[in-house]
Amino acid sequence: MLKQLEGSHAVAEAIALCRPEVICVYPISPQTHIVEHCGELVRKGEMGNCEYMNVESEFAALSACIGSSACGARTYTATASQGLLYMAEAVYNASGLGLPIVMTVANRAIGAPINIWNDHTDSMSMRDAGWIQLFAETNQEALDLHIQAFKIAERLSQPVMVCMDGFILTHAYERVDMPTQEQVDQFLPPFQAQQVLDPVNPYSIGAMVGPEAFTEVRYLAHEKQLQALDVIPEIASEFKEIFGRDSGGLIREYETEGADTIIVTLGSVAGTVKDTVDEMRAAGKKIGVVTVGSFRPFPSAQLREAVKNAKQVVVLEKSFALGFGGVVANNIMMSLQGTGIHVHTVVAGLGGRPITMPSLHKLFEKALADELEDMQFLDLQWDIVNAELARQRAQINSGPVAESILKNIQVDTAYGGAASHAAT
Amino acid sequence: MNKPSQRTAADMAPEQKVKFYQKGTFTVGNRLVDADSRNVQSSMDRSNAITSGHRACQGCGEALGARYALDTAMRVTGGKMMAANATGCLEVFTTPYPETSWQMPWMHSLFGNAPAVASGMQAAMKAKGKTDTRIIAQGGDGGTVDIGFGCLSGMFERNDDVLYICYDNEAYMNTGVQRSGATPGGARTATTMPTDADHPGNVFGTGKNLPRIAMAHNIPYVATASVAYLQDLEAKVEKAMSFKGARYIHVYVPCPLGWGCASNATISLARLVVETGMFPLFEAEHGAVTSTRPIRQRVPIEQYLKPQRRFAHLFKSPQGQEAIEKLQAMCDRNIKDYDLLRETEETPA
Repeated sequence: MLKQLEGSHAVAEAIALCRPEVICVYPISPQTHIVEHCGELVRKGEMGNCEYMNVESEFAALSACIGSSACGARTYTATASQGLLYMAEAVYNASGLGLPIVMTVANRAIGAPINIWNDHTDSMSMRDAGWIQLFAETNQEALDLHIQAFKIAERLSQPVMVCMDGFILTHAYERVDMPTQEQVDQFLPPFQAQQVLDPVNPYSIGAMVGPEAFTEVRYLAHEKQLQALDVIPEIASEFKEIFGRDSGGLIREYETEGADTIIVTLGSVAGTVKDTVDEMRAAGKKIGVVTVGSFRPFPSAQLREAVKNAKQVVVLEKSFALGFGGVVANNIMMSLQGTGIHVHTVVAGLGGRPITMPSLHKLFEKALADELEDMQFLDLQWDIVNAELARQRAQINSGPVAESILKNIQVDTAYGGAASHAAT
Repeated sequence: MNKPSQRTAADMAPEQKVKFYQKGTFTVGNRLVDADSRNVQSSMDRSNAITSGHRACQGCGEALGARYALDTAMRVTGGKMMAANATGCLEVFTTPYPETSWQMPWMHSLFGNAPAVASGMQAAMKAKGKTDTRIIAQGGDGGTVDIGFGCLSGMFERNDDVLYICYDNEAYMNTGVQRSGATPGGARTATTMPTDADHPGNVFGTGKNLPRIAMAHNIPYVATASVAYLQDLEAKVEKAMSFKGARYIHVYVPCPLGWGCASNATISLARLVVETGMFPLFEAEHGAVTSTRPIRQRVPIEQYLKPQRRFAHLFKSPQGQEAIEKLQAMCDRNIKDYDLLRETEETPA
């Protein structure tokens, strides 16, 4: 059924259709609307016997999920940013224990400086934690991916993170096609855990594993990720059979036929990139797009195949590893090793900075003219950066960067600072 | 990996005669002897949550406390129970992969999240309509009063149907005896070394009385227990299981390795801590104390401190003497607050 919904509400309704048994929640923007709406649906009796737990921290939220999932209950939570970091220990633990928890990450920057807006730094920080990480491009896909996520998680006995851009998707009202309960029931069988906590057949879970077996356990967890490279597309096609639309999968190609330059990106910015590419294609430019749907496992082979005829790849990403470079770009460089395809890194949209079509036009034209640097930051305000660097060269003293910038441009951040700023 | 202990053999307890669980001995719990020679603990009908063969140290108070507490819970629930365990000695010595001592569904996740894991387990049982399966969470003092404190308070405040049992040996023993929020003033630990007379062990802070904090949540049941009084512990666990909602039992469990005491001193120290007034035994329901165990024979604090090397330095300096006086004052305060020297007709169990 077609509905005009906020992204968060669309996800909450999709979760309800998946018949979860336990939902653990702790508020953090921008995921709050999802769990708020889940709570409402539980209270209205629209989620059957689902237990809705308000807990005292993200660490507790995922820990409670670990307990309930180990008892064989279909379990869901959502978080973002600082919340994901606060539960980091439990993130690794959930995957190490092979628990098929589904968690939405409403992608948001990590402070300091504190910032509530969108980028991908949060989920990227957990890229090695053993969770499957799926990235949604639109609200429709976010909704669909959650339904697929439970199936992927339960088939592989591994937790799945569905990453959707905070605010850009979570707070946007869009038309979505909401599946029926019958469709979802047909697609997603009840959760049957292989090994659960049960007095009838008591197991010990979470023993201390020493050097004699630890490597094997870790390797097998890696193997699960490799299996996911088959399972994710399989489940996307099962999804298409029942729901009639393409959603999910490992990567998506757009106008890659005959493209010399291919933009690789992930998340909601793909829409802006595609619109820009459309205009450039209309002007006869040989440019295409590949969107990464699954960041973990990373679909190296599929990516290599998709860009094999290109001369260069421009990775546009909302994250970067300080002191090194692009996180996604790094994965792509490794995937394209030996192909001779040049990979450029463009870091964009950090902390919610808009990625606009004019900026992308300029960037892509530069790439087509072979003038793009290996690593660059889209729309970086060099005047501010250079002024602060000059000050740092002149006087060596430490302090918080954001506040130093203000001091440098003579805004007094002490009491009364706002007034002196207003006077200038 | 656990740090190896820094102490030498010379620091250890005086030499003891080793007794194994074997045919011909009457060791508590020995099921190898003739049926009519067995004591109550080795009855074949007795529930058995933790089986033998685990790797606890000799004289481990925690192993003893956990066994009695969980065996009782297992008995009163008819085996319909499962446990979440915090990281710590109890977790490590019972589950060296691929072995396990647990005869019940048991799960270890992390150091600081056992109460939250247990909350999740009870939520799953509710969702599945199996609320007759009861949930226990357990951890040491570090996992309870320090790193797991937030999750514990949340579990209390929501009144989740979980019994949390803290086995308190007053320091981080699993990592090599470092100070916790439950370490008493004056005690030597690896991070509160009595380097000179001006530094007589652990500082005297304001303390962190978890049973009282639990009571402040107005949860249905709170109790303290000591492994010197095992029947009292059993009675309290049984009572705890008769309530629904969040419950808390704080069990005092001596640690011969961490305290530098003889491994056969576990029970006597667990008794002395009560008889000095240092660790009052009481029960509370919905935030109010309902029973206390009176002191039968009051003993001065020195008698409790002397068998423990962690307090040995206190007897060697005026500053140490001051610390002893402070500890005695704490006992006196407890005796007054809980009226532990009252005239009583009843004979405590």
